[in-house]
Amino acid sequence: MNSSDFAKQIREMSVKMVYRANASHIGGAMSMADILAVLYTDVMKYNPQKPNWEGRDRFLLSKGHACVSYYATLALAGFFPAEELDSYGQNGSKFLCHISHLVPGVEISAGSLGHGLPYGTGIALAGQIREQDYHTFVLLGDGEMDEGSNWEALMFASHHHLNRLCAIIDYNKIQSLGNTNEVMNLEPLVDKLKAFNCHVLNIDGHNHEEILNAFRKFEVQTDKPTVIIANTVKGKGVSYMENNLAWHYKSPNEEQYETAIKEIEK
Amino acid sequence: MRTAFIQQLIKEAETNDKIFLIVGDLGYHVVEPFRDKFPKRFLNAGIAEQNMIGVAAGLAKEGYNVYIYSIANFPTLRCLEEIRNDVTYYNGSVKIVAVGAGFAYGSLGMSHHATEEIGIMRTLPNMVVASPSDPGEAQAVASFTANYPGSMYIRLGKAGEKQVFPDNQEKLQLGHLHCLRESDSKNILLATGSILFDSVNQINELSIDTAIYSVPFIKPLQTEQLLKLAEKHPNMVVIEEHQKSCGLGCAIIEQISDLYATGRLKNYPKIHRLAINDEYVHIAGSEEYLRKFTHLTLSKDLFC
Repeated sequence: MNSSDFAKQIREMSVKMVYRANASHIGGAMSMADILAVLYTDVMKYNPQKPNWEGRDRFLLSKGHACVSYYATLALAGFFPAEELDSYGQNGSKFLCHISHLVPGVEISAGSLGHGLPYGTGIALAGQIREQDYHTFVLLGDGEMDEGSNWEALMFASHHHLNRLCAIIDYNKIQSLGNTNEVMNLEPLVDKLKAFNCHVLNIDGHNHEEILNAFRKFEVQTDKPTVIIANTVKGKGVSYMENNLAWHYKSPNEEQYETAIKEIEK
Repeated sequence: MRTAFIQQLIKEAETNDKIFLIVGDLGYHVVEPFRDKFPKRFLNAGIAEQNMIGVAAGLAKEGYNVYIYSIANFPTLRCLEEIRNDVTYYNGSVKIVAVGAGFAYGSLGMSHHATEEIGIMRTLPNMVVASPSDPGEAQAVASFTANYPGSMYIRLGKAGEKQVFPDNQEKLQLGHLHCLRESDSKNILLATGSILFDSVNQINELSIDTAIYSVPFIKPLQTEQLLKLAEKHPNMVVIEEHQKSCGLGCAIIEQISDLYATGRLKNYPKIHRLAINDEYVHIAGSEEYLRKFTHLTLSKDLFC
């Protein structure tokens, strides 16, 4: 499956999960779908039969609230049957509404923000010390960049030249209670990250060619950790969700669900 | 005590290549021998405790047995959520080694007093809480930790603590209360940390007949051993350099209460608790001075 079809399926499955479970956070799940699709079709090394294979690339979802699109990604990548996702958010299910490491293919649980990058930094450091060639990818939310722990980790990662660490910021510019530039302005984000001595790439996070190109540039980086600022649209793929804060929280009703599926399939 | 711990850790690291030491820009004149001997397994993470715990969690996930060394409140209270979400949730092999138990850094003020963290650390599922009482016990705890695959908090004093137990090579079993002195009297003294030394002196000066035990592991506590001790010594005195809330005394009471409620312990013992009485200290003072100031001193009326 090519990355575009993969992304389409991620979006469909995500909307379905959220609809069935009456869950939140669909907006941020949709904004990162293209990044996940490119990673799992064209970039990462993994083996769904051996989720803990030592040579695998490590992927950590730090914005754990947006996990539906990552669960969908893992199902599409073959880590478990897609039907299992029907239990998402239901009593007794391992598919928690914030990412759980008990799901095959998931490296770490998350939910509280600002944990994934320090954790991933440790994983990348272990690889550097033992001269292993795996890459560590950490996908972060933009609102999450308010957390000081991320900036501690960036300082650490660049100090130790963790060139096999790649942070991706899903910059959809909307956080829990408003636009990021109103809640806590991140700008000038490129300059800040450069000042932290990171290799910074500023891309359109929905353009698969640009996404792939950014990962290729990361792979040849030899000295610095890479941060990809993926400029995205919250709720991408469903017109009434796009750039709308409400879809950080809302769950679609039946009519909205059907509209969403139709729009995604187009 | 801290030097004894690090020296033992160096010994363990010679044959155990999983051991990794991270310091939070602290440990001058203590950690350098480890750094010099194992430069690839040593790291100064700077003054950034949240990231330090995350990095430790990541290294542990990749197979290392990671030790974090800092002054008591910084690697515990400062980064509590990182410990909970990134370490104990997975029972990751991270050992938080905190120096400056109680009032060890007395004159540095409240920011450096470690007087609440036992309670906070022992509430976390999977977390083993160790609190050795003398350099020998610190060494034995270090030896235990080298092969323990899960999460631990290790509370150490500072420098210059006196040896209390004669045999400092003794191995410690997880949860085992460590007997210093047997007695047929109704009395038992249970102490954790370097306050044991003071307590033994006070017992001797007051000529009190009592059993004396160190509690090098506050969590878990061996229930069967505690049951026997409570039956034999129904007058229990617990002393610790920690808030009365949630410390060793509480841990003992919780176990005794459960044993009594389930009918295994027939008679509820008297349990006297000497601990800090829900207060911060606002004055300078040596550890010895602040112990007296907060009434952590044994008296004859506590014993039969």
